[in-house]
Amino acid sequence: MRISLFVTCYNDLLFPETGKAVVRVLERLGHEVDFPSRQTCCGQMHYNTGYHHDAFPMMLHFLEVFRDAETICAPSASCVAMMRDHYPKMADESGDAALRRAVDALLPRVFEFTELLTDKLEVTDVGAFFPHSVTLHSSCHSIRSLNIGDKPWRLLQAVRGIRLVELPSRDQCCGFGGTFAIKNPDVSAAMVSEKIRYVLDTQAEICAGVDNSCLMHIGGALSRQRTGVRCMHIAEILDSTDRGGAA
Amino acid sequence: MSVRVGKAAGAPAFPSAARKLVQNSQLRQNLRRATDTIRGKRNKVVQEMPDWQELRDAAHAIKEHTVRHLDFYLERFEANCARAGGHVHWARDADEANAIIVGIFKDHGYSEVIKVKTMTSDETQLNAALLAAGIRPHETDLAEVIVQLGDDEPSHVVCPSLHRNRSEVRQIFLEKMNLSELSEAPEDLAAASRSYLREKFLRIGAGFSGANFAIADTGSVCVVESEGNGRMCLTLPNLLVTMLGVEKLIPSFDDLEVFLQLLPRSATGERMNPYNSIWTGVAPGDGPQEFHVVLLDNNRTGVMADAEARQTLDCIRCGACLNSCPVFRQTGGHAYGSSYSGPIGAILTPQLQSLEHSRSLPYASSLCGACYEVCPVKINIPEILIHLRAKLVEDGYPPLAERAGMKAAAVAFADGERLAAAHKLARLCQWPFEHDGQLENLPGMLGGWTAFRDLPALPRQSFREWWAERQGGRA
Repeated sequence: MRISLFVTCYNDLLFPETGKAVVRVLERLGHEVDFPSRQTCCGQMHYNTGYHHDAFPMMLHFLEVFRDAETICAPSASCVAMMRDHYPKMADESGDAALRRAVDALLPRVFEFTELLTDKLEVTDVGAFFPHSVTLHSSCHSIRSLNIGDKPWRLLQAVRGIRLVELPSRDQCCGFGGTFAIKNPDVSAAMVSEKIRYVLDTQAEICAGVDNSCLMHIGGALSRQRTGVRCMHIAEILDSTDRGGAA
Repeated sequence: MSVRVGKAAGAPAFPSAARKLVQNSQLRQNLRRATDTIRGKRNKVVQEMPDWQELRDAAHAIKEHTVRHLDFYLERFEANCARAGGHVHWARDADEANAIIVGIFKDHGYSEVIKVKTMTSDETQLNAALLAAGIRPHETDLAEVIVQLGDDEPSHVVCPSLHRNRSEVRQIFLEKMNLSELSEAPEDLAAASRSYLREKFLRIGAGFSGANFAIADTGSVCVVESEGNGRMCLTLPNLLVTMLGVEKLIPSFDDLEVFLQLLPRSATGERMNPYNSIWTGVAPGDGPQEFHVVLLDNNRTGVMADAEARQTLDCIRCGACLNSCPVFRQTGGHAYGSSYSGPIGAILTPQLQSLEHSRSLPYASSLCGACYEVCPVKINIPEILIHLRAKLVEDGYPPLAERAGMKAAAVAFADGERLAAAHKLARLCQWPFEHDGQLENLPGMLGGWTAFRDLPALPRQSFREWWAERQGGRA
């Protein structure tokens, strides 16, 4: 299958290793990956902060860049949630019926990375080997918007050598929330302090997730306190094999 | 019209109020325990309902229908309540409502009144108005007693003293009830409040209540509660005055079937409230012999005019969104500066009171969606928060630095080449803050991040640069 990667602006600039891991996992599974280089951002930050006029052209740009893509993969649940939850409404508000049709035509082809693996490619064992103890944070958009359920967990269960530990209150928000972490730094810090307490309680070495935004937040707090526990995007774990990889 | 929502007009912005509250160890402990307990109970009794989602849909539909035809249902309620012997009053705003209520009690010569728990009277600040007119209001809901005796503000729509624990309650009772001895055992605290309240129930002839529902086709009013103290206030006095927000209307008695399943399970994790009081006008020789209803607008009709946000008025004040909110969990209700706190308060207060007074509230959420998930009437709170943020941006409220940053990002996000160029520029700019691969002490708004967390520096190579290099190598 030919899969177009929407790496997301965040991963492109801050977490390129996640994008590389996605490419390698999909290629290892025998698929062809392309990266439309004109891609930028889904518009989530602007939209959620109330800058709807700025988010609108980003949606148009995304629709144009990926118009002919067969299957689109985004290693970020919140970006996919942005598209599914808000693009139809944004198109409707513009009053442009053709735009709404374009959104409706594109959205069914957009998959979050773990959705793509389990639902579209119907694979849970991607041949990974990762001999570490891992816990999994269920990011808000992945469970409440994409209804991703246990898909990431099942993918991790199939990894050889891994020791999985369930995270208490795994569905409680880490306090990132995009600009929330900037506008409400004290509350956001209180939220992440509770989250990392849960993470530390698991005794796991690594906290995994499907959103690097949350992981940057949780990881930033873990690092600040020198806990020796780190965060990793699930793609990087699935990319690891007994011949090396992200670990 | 002067719209007032509790003391929200003079309240500090959410982030600064929250900064103090998150440092209060006792408060944080109380909040964790209380919200965990209520959530656990709620989840258990919701899971046993096979038709929970259908009930939510039905409730949403009934409320949406009622709000759309509110003029019709209000007049219907007025006619039916009057036919049953009730007096119906209309109040445009908080002051008008307070004046009507004070007037009724004064006309009858009452100097004290017993109150059923009602957030609406906190919204209008009725107690202050009563006191100013020489009438002493006595709260009778246990949690409200704790708030009133402690000279405190309610912090939760269902459990106003959620922020207090047993030993704090004991301290307040000891001092304010003039007791010489009191343990902090729940039964002893309950016994103390019982003897404190019973004296008032038996002595004071004027009662005041809010309402959970007002039923248009019968003119009935419904109050649900757990303690029975409300029932005392609704049945013992000779004069009863009820104030309700106009959005409390439901079309018919049958609609209670839906709401009386949703509300107790969502609010307190009970299958049914221990006390469900429904009354229609006056019944000769039984209960209050004079009954007044004050229908309060206080800009609810203004909220109705906004098609995107009007579902805010569907709220039945169960508090489930507060109990599930990870932000409320850290700060409690006082940070919201209003009678209505948590996610519903963050959308209701700024709409009732116009955005000018509560501009920080629509941002007091990480948009995690937990509130929407538990809302028994399916109010899409995250969507409305975003909608209110957009209105604030349109009106030019956010600080210049934020607007400039957003504009710069929008320019960079216009195309892949621009984004690549912006990345190179940002990489150049980050060196003064970069130490061992981490960014520290970032300036301005970003400083809020680095105050509490590390931030990885931008890597040497972006993904798109790696991809281009890889494709180049393959060509």
